Formats: sequence, C-alpha cells, structure tokens
Amino acid sequence: MSLLQQFPGIEIPSTRGACGRRDRVVFAGRVLAAGRAQSAGRAQSAGRVLAAALALFAASSATAADWAQFRGPDGTSVAASAKLPTSFNVAAKQNVAWRAELAGRGPSSPIVVADRVIVTSSDGPLQEKLIVACFDAKTGKSLWRRQFWATGRTYSHPDSANAAPTPASDGKRIYAFYSSNDMVCLDLEGNLQWFRGLAFDYPKAGNDVGMASSPVVVDDTVVVQVENLGDSFAAGLDAATGETRWRTPRRASMNWTSPAVFRTLQGKNAVLLQSPKVLTAHDPKSGEQLWQFEADCQTIPSAVGADGRVYVPAKGITALDLSEGTAPKVMWDSNQLNPGPASPLIAGKRIYTLNRSGVLSCGDVENGKSLWQLRVGGTHWSTPVIADGRLYCVNQEGKARIIALSDAKGELIGEADFGERVQGSLAVAGNALFVRSDKYLWKIATP
Amino acid sequence: MRAVLSKKRSGKRSPVLAAASGPAASGIARTWTAVAWAAVAWTAGVGLSLGAIGPAQAADAQIESGLATVRKVGPKGAGHKEALEAVKTLGKAPAAELPTILAAMDGADLLVANWLRGVVETVAQRELDAGGKLPIAALEQFLSQTSHSPRARRLAYELIAKIDDQAETRLIPGLINDPSLELRRDAVALAMRRGEAAGTATAEAKAAAAKAFREAFTHARDLDQIKAAAAKLKGLGEPVDLPEHFGFIMKWKVVGPFENAGGAGFAVAYPPEREVSLAAEYDGKKEKVKWNDVSTTDDYGVLDLNKLVGPHKGAIAYAYAEFTSPREVAAELRLGSVNANKIWLNGDLVATNAVYHSGSAVDQYIGAGKLKAGKNVILLKIAQNEQTESWAQDWKFQFRICDAIGTPIR
Repeated sequence: MSLLQQFPGIEIPSTRGACGRRDRVVFAGRVLAAGRAQSAGRAQSAGRVLAAALALFAASSATAADWAQFRGPDGTSVAASAKLPTSFNVAAKQNVAWRAELAGRGPSSPIVVADRVIVTSSDGPLQEKLIVACFDAKTGKSLWRRQFWATGRTYSHPDSANAAPTPASDGKRIYAFYSSNDMVCLDLEGNLQWFRGLAFDYPKAGNDVGMASSPVVVDDTVVVQVENLGDSFAAGLDAATGETRWRTPRRASMNWTSPAVFRTLQGKNAVLLQSPKVLTAHDPKSGEQLWQFEADCQTIPSAVGADGRVYVPAKGITALDLSEGTAPKVMWDSNQLNPGPASPLIAGKRIYTLNRSGVLSCGDVENGKSLWQLRVGGTHWSTPVIADGRLYCVNQEGKARIIALSDAKGELIGEADFGERVQGSLAVAGNALFVRSDKYLWKIATP
Repeated sequence: MRAVLSKKRSGKRSPVLAAASGPAASGIARTWTAVAWAAVAWTAGVGLSLGAIGPAQAADAQIESGLATVRKVGPKGAGHKEALEAVKTLGKAPAAELPTILAAMDGADLLVANWLRGVVETVAQRELDAGGKLPIAALEQFLSQTSHSPRARRLAYELIAKIDDQAETRLIPGLINDPSLELRRDAVALAMRRGEAAGTATAEAKAAAAKAFREAFTHARDLDQIKAAAAKLKGLGEPVDLPEHFGFIMKWKVVGPFENAGGAGFAVAYPPEREVSLAAEYDGKKEKVKWNDVSTTDDYGVLDLNKLVGPHKGAIAYAYAEFTSPREVAAELRLGSVNANKIWLNGDLVATNAVYHSGSAVDQYIGAGKLKAGKNVILLKIAQNEQTESWAQDWKFQFRICDAIGTPIR
C-alpha cells in the first residue's frame, strides 16, 4: 500500500474564494477582517503534499491498519482503501465476525491498535469505576481488562457516562481519558505507565452534564481539552511520563468538542482547539498559540483538517485556507452543511455532514456548494466513517445505514439494526468495521 | 513506611528477610533477578545469603523502596518520573507480595491508590497467565482487616473472586455494615437478591422478603440501591421514610431574592452572609425581603425556590437551618442543586460552586467541616442566573449532613 493510498484525502488544492466577512482572523496578535484576507489561489507542489503525508505518517507509531483515535488516523473519519462488507445483518450474523460483551457503560468509541481493540467503560453507582478493556481484533477474545478509580466528578446526563471520551494511542501506549478528567496510560499489554487526575489538580474542572472531549496524541504529547464552567483549560501532557508540558486557560463555558490534529502542507503538526467563540491552533509540544479564528463555533461536532484546510462547525461549516501554514483565510461558509452532534467528514474533494434531523449532506470542499442531500433518519451521536466510496453510519437507536457515495447522489444500499443504542463513533481497521453499542463490541467484516 | 509494610506483610518469610529492615537494605542493587532468587528462597524456607545481605533482603528492600516511591506521586505530575520506574519494577514482584502492595494504599490519596492498583492488576494477571496462584489466605486476611484502605480491601476481594466462584457467598454477607462502600454495596445487593428469591407466595415468604429488603434499605448508602430497596418495601406495604434515611434537612428559613444580574451577585456578600438576623428585613432585588419559614415533604428533600421565593431570574436566595449534633464530629455537608451555590457551616465557608444548569444530583457538591456538639448553623446561598432556555429555569436545592460514607449524623 502506497502512502497516497493510505492517505487518499491528500490532493493538490486548487483556487479558492474568500467569504465570511463577519468573521475575524487573528494572526500573531493582529486582527484581520476575514473579508480582507486574500485567497491563496495557488497550486501546491507535489513535494509539499508528500511532506504532509510523511508528517502524517511520522506523527504516530500507529500503523496504517490502526484506528488509534477518535475519527481515525488523520481525523477525517475516512479509511478510503478499506473493503468493508456492503451488507450485514446482526440478527442473522451475516458478516458479523464476532461480538464481545462489555462491562459498564460508555459512549466512547473503540480504537484499534496492533490487532487489539481498546474500549473504555465506566461502571458503579456513580460511574466511578474506570475500565479499559482490550480484545483481540481477530477473534474478539478478551486479552486484558484494567480498572481504576475516578478522582474527579463523575456525574453526567443519564444518556452519557464517565467513559464518554474516546481513548487515543500512539502505537506504544494507550491514553484513556474520562469525563472525570482522569487519564490512564497503559502499554499495549495493559501495564500501567502512569495515571494523572487532572481534576485532582484542578478540582473545579468538571461538568455534571458530563464531559466528552477525546484526547489526541501527537508529537509525543497527549492533548486534552477540559472546557467547563469551573477550571477551564487545555493541556499537553508528556506522552511518556504524564507530566504537564503546557497548560493554557480556556473560556469558562460548557464545551464537548475534541482537539484535532492538523498537519500543515509545510509538514508541521498543530492541534486545533474549538471553543464556543474561537478556534485556536497550537504547537503540540509547547502549546504556543499559532493562530486563532473567531466565530460562533458549535460545542459538540469538532473541526477537521485536511489538505492544508480546516473545516470548522461554525455558520454551518466554515472552511479556512491554511496553505500558508499559519494565517487562516476564510474560503467559504455554508449553513446547508450544518452538522448535528456528529463531526464532519472529509474525503478528497467532498465534505459530508449529518444534521440533527438525520439528513446527510455532501458538499464541495472548494466552495461549500451543497451537491446533494439524503434523509438517513434518526439522531446521530456517532460520527460515521467512509471506506471505499461508501459511508457507514449508525443512529442512536442502533440503526445502521450504508450509503454509496457519488458526486450525483448518495444511494442507500444497505441497512442493519444493532438492536440497541449506539453512541460511539465508528472505527475501521484492516477490512473491518468496529462498532460499540451499549452492551457489546462488534466486528463487522466479510469472512 | 518500611516498618508499617513489614508489619502487614504476609506469607512465609526467611530469617534473612526478617532481619533486612536496617538501613543497609536501601543500598542493595535493585534488580529483579534478586527478587526471583528471593521467591525461591521463600518457597524453600531457606535463608539464602549473598554476603552481608541476601537476595530476599534485596527483594524486600526493592519492594518497599518502590512502594515508597509510588507513594510520593502527587498532583500535577509530581513524582511521575521516579514512579514510572518503580511501577515497572513492582510489576515483577511475586504474587505473594500482593497484600504488601495493597497495604501501601493505607492512608494514600486516590492518585497513589490508582498507581498501586495498576501494579496489583499487573502482578495478578502475570501470575494467573503463567498458571500460578494468588495468595488467597493472605488476601482474605487483608479483606477482614477493616483498618486497611476500603478500596484496597475491595480490590483484595476482586482478586479472590477471580479464582473462587464461591467468594461472594462465602465472604460478602458479613460485610453489609462495612466501612467500604463497595463491599457494603455488594452485601446489599445480596440482600436484595435474597428478598427477590423469597417471593410473595405466602405470608411467610412476604415476611422473609420484607426482612431482606429492610436489611438492604437500612444499610444501603448508594442512591440506586436505596431507591430499589424502598420501592420493594413500598410494594410490600412496608413503611419507608426516605428523608429520614438520607438525613435531608426538611425545614428551613429562606430569604430573597437579592440581585444577581449578570451573575455578579454571587460574589456579593449580602447581609445574611455577614450576620444572620432572622428578624431582620433587607433590601432585596426589587423590594424589602425577610426570612420566611419553609418546608418540604419531598422524599429527597428538594425545596423549589421558584415556588417558595418566586420565579426570579438573576436572583439569589439564602437558606438557613440549625442542626443539632450529638457530638463534635467531622461531617460532610452535601448539597444537590442545579444552581450556583455556597455553603457555610457555623460561619465558615466550606464550599463554593459557581456553576449554573449543568446537572443536579443528590450529594452533588460536598463541603467538609467539623460539627460542634449541640447547635450548628447552616447557611446556603443559591443563585439563579438569567438563562432563558426552558431547561435552565430550575431554582432548587436539597441538603443533608452525613459522614464520609453517607450515613446521616444524628
């Protein structure tokens, strides 16, 4: 598999237009009116694209077959070359490779690292038991399970749980984060590496509706976003030791978005932090703010970066051109692409969003133009995945849909029913789809 | 530290090991080759010696040094670098050392307890994966000693239950009044199952069920179990007094509203914060306000300020109660409120939570204090903001005083 096959979203950007005049762009402390920001309008060299691809590859030890964090290896929720079943039937066990029972609860998503599927749960009367479970990806056999005690606040809405954030891995270690702001670091055999109780350090950090921001690990740094009405902050922890590399205050407001890794075309990594009033980009290791973009951002779906651009859930979706690496320029915004709780997906030249009414929209990343819409139905907390030209999504009732994607339309080609609630986002590794429902972890794959 | 751990250590010990509590132990090379040798020596009951200090001594020193290092882990990553190495070393300890590692949780905070838990699970899994055995007798002894950390004791039970499917019926029933909330919960769950099993087919069966559910209700401290046991008792026509069980304060004096536009009033010390004078009249948000007697009959002690004070926005109310304690005792002041709040005990501020409409639950906020013998004065500040969403209109609270595991102080 070539690098470009592994990272099919990387393409040479073309000319873009500027819009979104009410937004403001801040670079190096200077506020620029977005309307004055000029579009980049130039092609990128293949060398720069390759540099970005290499940076993406080098950012983590996780392999291309892994799905080591929320929304996958590059955060776009795309595993372009994976060959997933075009149909499956849970009740008839058609293309269901295995099903494993889970202890506890959790809307968190599974991740897949080195043929292991990692799932977090929380249990106990106050969701105070923090569980990390590991399964053999091939067989579904339980390999190990670890449990810890929450040190922070564990309250949440009844539909959520302490295990709401999706864990992350760099291929060497697992970083399991919880609403209680506890971070458990284990090696792939389940041995404790370190444990950090962020609410132990900052007791007012918490949100009794439940926190849900998933960490990312990049440049040997685990980045967490702990935004709430108490001690509100983001932090970068040394992946090897758990020590704080940096910590920066954030506005005191409730927010559930997750940090996103953005690889610039210059081959550098940045971490995007999306808050209700601003999107900021930071150097992963130092926390230094690289730029910011002020807008009324959503508080659940998270920004995604691809091909030198960032797509942020604000005014529907606002696309930012970052081909220069540090100065965001508004390309377009589109209310027609307004996402619900599920985060947007980027596949090549197309952006996909699912709104609160269960309508799937496909847009053109160049101009935000809506190409088609398809009513899928239901509320989707789970961010879908795209593999081999098909989109897989599961609503909170556990109803799965498979949609064939083209520029002309989205065509519903398959349906399935997990028979219980699904809140966690989907994961793809190899040619298998991994789904976490309330009680079970599922592997969907052709035998 | 070493003395404490050595005293609680279990398993057969060699004379050499027993003598290895001197300062020289700290100078031993910290390799787990020595520990492996020590394990052999323990098993054989032979006191090996390598020069002045034997491998068993080295193992002992290594474990105690490792545990001492982990116990130095603190907030904000303090002690992590040293502890990283220590947990790797401790993870290779013989399973016979599990009670020693568990004992290191005694008096430790939750951060340290979590690090040690990770070590315990690593050691136990390694032993079981290798077809070895866990030191069941020593773990049961550890479980039986309530002086140990409640969490460590529950973890000891979990280890026992991994390999003994009779552990629950053998060990749990006697723990229904245990200081460990988790073990107590296990025992309450057993009592509930006993009540279910009794059925209601005959008068004798009903009586047996009621007895089991009553036992469960009396000892339950977790909200879900209390609710479940109460429902069963009510279903059998048995009396249930939930406010009594929890110790909710049901009668208050309330005054308000005071101004809280823009949330600014939360930081303002209105007259009741300076001195409670129950006969006084104050300048309120729009007019003069005075203290009123209020009460609730809600099972969970909820007082609705929208009804008692009025559906004000950007407003503050104070609630005052007197609580008689039979003795001077450490206590937890537990408040549930979807509104920003402060708690004072005898004039001392014990909790501040500037959080609005972010969920509410029984015992949501806890302030720690010490009750005087006799009369104690409780003052609450409950602040409403100006959010207009339908889900952001509640202005209410519930409050109780109890010990660390939720038993009301009477």
